[in-house]
Amino acid sequence: MRRFVIRSLDACLLLWLVTTLTFALIHLAPGDPATLLVSPTASVDEIARERARFGLDASLPAQYAQWMGALLRGDLGTSMSSSRPVRTVIAEALPVSLALGGMSVTLSFLIGVGVGGWQALRASARADTTTTVVSTVVYSAPSFWLALALVVLATSGAAWVGAPSWLRLPAFGMESPATLANGFNRWRDLARHAVLPLIVLVLPGAAGVARYARQSLLEAARAPHVVAATARGLTRAKLERRHILRTALTPLVVLFGLTLPGVIAGSVFVEQVFAWPGLGRTMLSAIAARDYPLVLGLTLMYATAVIGANLAADLLLLRLDPRQRSIRDSARPP
Amino acid sequence: MTRGHPIEAPRLSGRTLRDDTRFRVGVAVLLALCLAALILPWFAAHDPNAINDVLARRLTPPLSRDRLGDWHLLGTDAFGRDVTVRLWVASRLSLGVGVVGALLSGGLGILLGAVAGWYRGITERAILAIGDALLAVPRLVLLLVTAALWGPGLGILVLVLALTGWMAVMRLVRAEVARVRVLPYVEGAFALGVSPSRALCRHVVPNALGSTIVAITLGVANAILLESGLSFLGLGVQPPSPSWGNMIAGGREWLLVAPWIALAPGLLLIVTVVACTLIGDALSGVKPESHAG
Repeated sequence: MRRFVIRSLDACLLLWLVTTLTFALIHLAPGDPATLLVSPTASVDEIARERARFGLDASLPAQYAQWMGALLRGDLGTSMSSSRPVRTVIAEALPVSLALGGMSVTLSFLIGVGVGGWQALRASARADTTTTVVSTVVYSAPSFWLALALVVLATSGAAWVGAPSWLRLPAFGMESPATLANGFNRWRDLARHAVLPLIVLVLPGAAGVARYARQSLLEAARAPHVVAATARGLTRAKLERRHILRTALTPLVVLFGLTLPGVIAGSVFVEQVFAWPGLGRTMLSAIAARDYPLVLGLTLMYATAVIGANLAADLLLLRLDPRQRSIRDSARPP
Repeated sequence: MTRGHPIEAPRLSGRTLRDDTRFRVGVAVLLALCLAALILPWFAAHDPNAINDVLARRLTPPLSRDRLGDWHLLGTDAFGRDVTVRLWVASRLSLGVGVVGALLSGGLGILLGAVAGWYRGITERAILAIGDALLAVPRLVLLLVTAALWGPGLGILVLVLALTGWMAVMRLVRAEVARVRVLPYVEGAFALGVSPSRALCRHVVPNALGSTIVAITLGVANAILLESGLSFLGLGVQPPSPSWGNMIAGGREWLLVAPWIALAPGLLLIVTVVACTLIGDALSGVKPESHAG
């Protein structure tokens, strides 16, 4: 309990530090957002009025105090480019990214642990090497390139080999523009649109997890307690389930939580290529418009997600791994 | 593009490393790429950025001649520029940004880690807190915000890569320095009247460097991927200067007509990142085969 409180306080302090740093980073940047909001022929007065409207004419400390005060009341401010509350803008884009990211991380882990486990415990030496080569290459491919390559495959490639039309997956947007269908057909349309983005996110993710799982399973299989258990005559199935998988895969639970925010951030490329209206695209347009409140709000949301995931992973590991419980905070390896 | 990788103490004994196929392949590929990037653009028959005779040259497929009779290995882009030539010029930029960015962040990490591990106290806490704060925002988001708001450009890109990538190295060096500084031989150096700064630079930090090599190697791959990503989004290297990322972005609108423009740079990018990953794997002792031993 004590540890929980200390951790939470630490997390809050960290969140404040991140917030302050990003505020400085954004507000000290050269360029004036007000000039992007008025017409190109606007007079100096009009620009000044626009600056005043968003409080940009105040001194930096005053703006910081104002923004921080609003934040503590749960108010993220108003988006400058769309004049809507930042919270609404984020709330609209969040489900898209969360669904895409959550599904892709889940699939990545299922596939990755399966492949890595098979490599470490079952595969022949040659199959293992081949799979490692493939997973290293896939893991190294940038997602935007994978996305473009898949688009080529799904459109001109599929047409070239004469694939049936249900295999020619849509490569743009979340829904077909003309669909007024509802119920099942609408879900089916959405699912078809989601296939390519999901593949792009899952392939490198699963490859990374497979590399990690393979390595930690191999290490666990050589651990002294496994040798001892083998000597006691345990069956292979029991050995693998109780002694190898359990020790090796517990850290993966933590990894699961820690990768989610990064995957959601990384989906900016996928959202950009496939035109999905998620957080990444919102971020890009906010940056292009110098929409300071929106950029700040989004960054803060990412930071909260990362810090929250760290905290949750820490506490979860405490429950799952009995060894962690006896270790004091100060004695933890850095 | 999260690249979680378990970073461990590297094994640096030369014998086993030279026997490691992954290490040999990785180093050979990287060296070949760097050499090609340095040398090949000099022998280019086409100016990488010059646009002329667009209609006669544009969108020539790979391994074929354009309407003026010139042969192109990887075809030409929408402006009639030779993709091969631009690719190697882009390699200079992309490899350069990756290596310089990773080395700078590595250097910064070593410096801050040494200071934190040596002086402890408030200095250490401050450095760790800043590191934690930077780790709390996904690096891509941090790069997007900074690179875009502070003006896209090569200098700012390298600077931002350096400033957002030092945390892993810093933690490693800090831990090593904190461990080594209390060893008897350091105490011995003090007894001989060596000044603290000299003890730190000559006796402590060199012992901590070995552990950073894996992190820096993977940092190169990471920096190359991030540069290409930012350039793809139009926030990194600006056209007409070619980089792998902005070449892929430029080929995107011609994707279905001339897929080679966008796909060729990505292949070279993947080869580079795979080479770095192989070297990193070999150095960190990731098991090459599951059935050895």
